[in-house]
Amino acid sequence: MKEKLSTPRIHRAVILGKSYETEQLRAAVVLLLPTLVAIVLLFVMPVIQVVMYSFTNYNLTTGLKTYNGLNNYRYLFTDDRFFKAIRNTFTFAALKLIIDTSLALAIALMLDSKIPFKKYLRSAFFAPVVVPVVASSLIWIWFFDPGIGPFNQILSVLGLPTSQWLYHENTALLSILMFSIWKGLGYNVVLFLAGLQNIPQSYVEAAEVDGAKAHQVLFLIKLPLLRPIISFVLMIGIINTFKVFAEVNVMTPKGGPLYSTALMVNYIYDTAFTSGKMGRACSASIILFVIIFTLTIIQSKLDARKSITLE
Amino acid sequence: MANKRKHTNILILLFLLVGSLAMIFPFVWMLLSSFKTVGDVYAYPPKWLPSSWNFSNYKKVFQMIPFAKYYFNSIFTSTAQTTLQLGLSVTTAYVLVVLTFPGKKFLNSLIRSTMFVPVIVTLIPLYLMVSKASLIDTYAGIILPQVFGAFTIFLLVSFFSSIPLVLFDSAKLDGCGYYRILSQVVIPNSKSAISTAMLFSFLGHWKSYTWPLIVTNKATYRTLPIGMKYLVQESSSEYQIMMAASVMAIFPVLIVYLFFEKQLVKSITLTGLKA
Repeated sequence: MKEKLSTPRIHRAVILGKSYETEQLRAAVVLLLPTLVAIVLLFVMPVIQVVMYSFTNYNLTTGLKTYNGLNNYRYLFTDDRFFKAIRNTFTFAALKLIIDTSLALAIALMLDSKIPFKKYLRSAFFAPVVVPVVASSLIWIWFFDPGIGPFNQILSVLGLPTSQWLYHENTALLSILMFSIWKGLGYNVVLFLAGLQNIPQSYVEAAEVDGAKAHQVLFLIKLPLLRPIISFVLMIGIINTFKVFAEVNVMTPKGGPLYSTALMVNYIYDTAFTSGKMGRACSASIILFVIIFTLTIIQSKLDARKSITLE
Repeated sequence: MANKRKHTNILILLFLLVGSLAMIFPFVWMLLSSFKTVGDVYAYPPKWLPSSWNFSNYKKVFQMIPFAKYYFNSIFTSTAQTTLQLGLSVTTAYVLVVLTFPGKKFLNSLIRSTMFVPVIVTLIPLYLMVSKASLIDTYAGIILPQVFGAFTIFLLVSFFSSIPLVLFDSAKLDGCGYYRILSQVVIPNSKSAISTAMLFSFLGHWKSYTWPLIVTNKATYRTLPIGMKYLVQESSSEYQIMMAASVMAIFPVLIVYLFFEKQLVKSITLTGLKA
């Protein structure tokens, strides 16, 4: 009764069989307008255009832009450099996901035990994450210098064999991987740590009272309860490793010795902005998108199946 | 049993301490080396400490490249991007949380889908669009295409959803319109949430690389990361100078991080665990 007295009359509009308050509709339109413009201009249109351009020979240097069907895709599947970039990307992503996830999980589990200096330790592991990638790449370029880099200097002081790091085709990509793991590890540590802290202490205590050993607590309680976060970390990891560009572009601007560090994004960047072949670069970015999309789908399918078998 | 656990805890602590030293070693090396002379850099066995402490490498950075200009460009573009992005995010998150309107679900998944399309996919059409609008080598060209961020929208959605509904209802009963609910109920009640989103957005724009790289040709419009990328080539491996530049680029971020670590970590876990 009271409500009816004090609320002003509410105008309503019916759209597609549902009734809405007109004042809300008006506010929604006004407040969303800038965002809608931004999404259309910065996302929807570019997504449509990238598909369209991928079927043309759009070339920035010659100014050509005509439909050429599947030629770009055909070209890419015969291009050795493109294959190299795909292979590099998969190698990089696989190694990074495996090492990063397992190392981060191990560190988070250790940080979750009763030890002093926890705050310092967490900050130390997380610090590289917040630092700009270019500035930290400069430090590692020096680390990797075969002549005056600390890595080789330390190795040779210890009498161990030195490496060419970024300057040899066998080690260049692995060097960037080392940097990348250092840079990104803390992010996953923080995620896993939060997940572990969400596990009710009573579960662990109850298991211990029942005489469960440390490894049983780990494998039967902690890891199963962490599963959603592990799969989240993997999904984000897939997307992020396939997007890697900056560190490769800074440390090896031309794609490293014999194109050994070029990842797919670097290939796309080179094709578009060094050679001006926009159409071909668009085709390559669509292939990249399809790969990422497929991998995320596979990952979530595998994940769904596992959780069924678990129950 | 208890004794055994103590031993494993000591081992764990040792392992983590060594690991943490490895994580911060690059920063220590950077800081120490930014004071080194060329002679120190080429010394063998390696010298850990510089032979003298002076700021000549820092001065050289400003002489070799327009570092102050890069710094200004980075501060200016990041601030503008953050302001615009927050404006868009606050209104959008508010609409998504509070208002009912047709197509809400669709809008929600449209925004979410932008998170799953890598930047590189839309990069080329965006570049061509900006280039047709003759915005290459302009601040507008650097700033405008970077103002939409699904991440800050969802961060704010999750914060706004925790505002008690009673607040909205009582504001409505007091005769507040939907704009006033936003400006006088939602925003004042989520100051810390909005500042966290701001922090995230700013740090993201501050280190942004790919977009400023392709829309700037002239050195006068380079942001800090782009200027530093070219410094590698222009300084021809004068590492001590590169380190001085890195210190200046990293320092503000580390300060911000140390002050806001709790919020940063909290928001990462919040959005991370929610997704």
